[in-house]
Amino acid sequence: MQIPYTVAARPDTGLHNSKLGIWLFLASEVMLFGALFSSYILLRVAAPEWPHGSALLNVPLAFLNTIILIGSSVTMVMSWASLMVKDFAKYKRYMGLTILCGFGFLVVKGFEYGAKFSHGIFPSEDLFYATYFTLTGLHGLHVIGGIIVNAYFWGPGSKMWAREPERFTNRIEVAGLYWHFVDLVWIFLFPVLYLL
Amino acid sequence: MDQATTEDIKKHVRAYIMVFVALMALTVITVAVSYLHLDVTAAIVVALFIASIKGGLVASYFMHLISEKKLVYFTLMLTVVFFIALISLPLLGLHDTIK
Repeated sequence: MQIPYTVAARPDTGLHNSKLGIWLFLASEVMLFGALFSSYILLRVAAPEWPHGSALLNVPLAFLNTIILIGSSVTMVMSWASLMVKDFAKYKRYMGLTILCGFGFLVVKGFEYGAKFSHGIFPSEDLFYATYFTLTGLHGLHVIGGIIVNAYFWGPGSKMWAREPERFTNRIEVAGLYWHFVDLVWIFLFPVLYLL
Repeated sequence: MDQATTEDIKKHVRAYIMVFVALMALTVITVAVSYLHLDVTAAIVVALFIASIKGGLVASYFMHLISEKKLVYFTLMLTVVFFIALISLPLLGLHDTIK
């Protein structure tokens, strides 16, 4: 069976199916993170006192992670742009860099978590750490998910380029939309958790 | 995006690099502002304002929302409505007069 509208736009939506699919998925992701942000606001407003993030968390490491993740968004969009000009070697380089940045983010996050755990600080510590670990943990899982998808498209999945280049380019665009969303969530998480 | 030419893509790439520089600058500004020790309300407003600009840049350029199809905008507008409801509903509880 052939999946319809993977390259051509569907006449009634004006989009190829995977693009509409990813936007609907991202809409559900907005609600998932929105629910957690909403809970965060409620908990913070209701709490008798709330610590300043920078007093408890490592701002320089989070700043470094912000730069890594924004950088990875740029390499991701460049990997798609490389395919648009039919430069597969360049695509491989940029996608490889995106995956490395993803791992870099997780390693830095690992150091942050490790430092907390070694001091006996876990999500059960207090309300602040419970929200911190929940929000960054869920975001971290999204980074891991993105790395898996990107690694597939960098490795075995890239064979599609030889057979169906346009379809493969669309796949990278869609994977990119997800990856940029993960970056976007972090852009809000960083000030909310670390700087306020 | 579907019928982009090589020249179009070159223009896109230049825009991506400018957006990258802007995002870096805004990240530095966010951190710098946090050292000014503004009062909580002002700090929240400034931090969320800068984050919204950064988010807007990512969504507009990296996610190509400046030139998308109508159905994507429709989907997102619906999402925004529900998102606002999600954020405001618990806040309305704060004005609950029944203690």
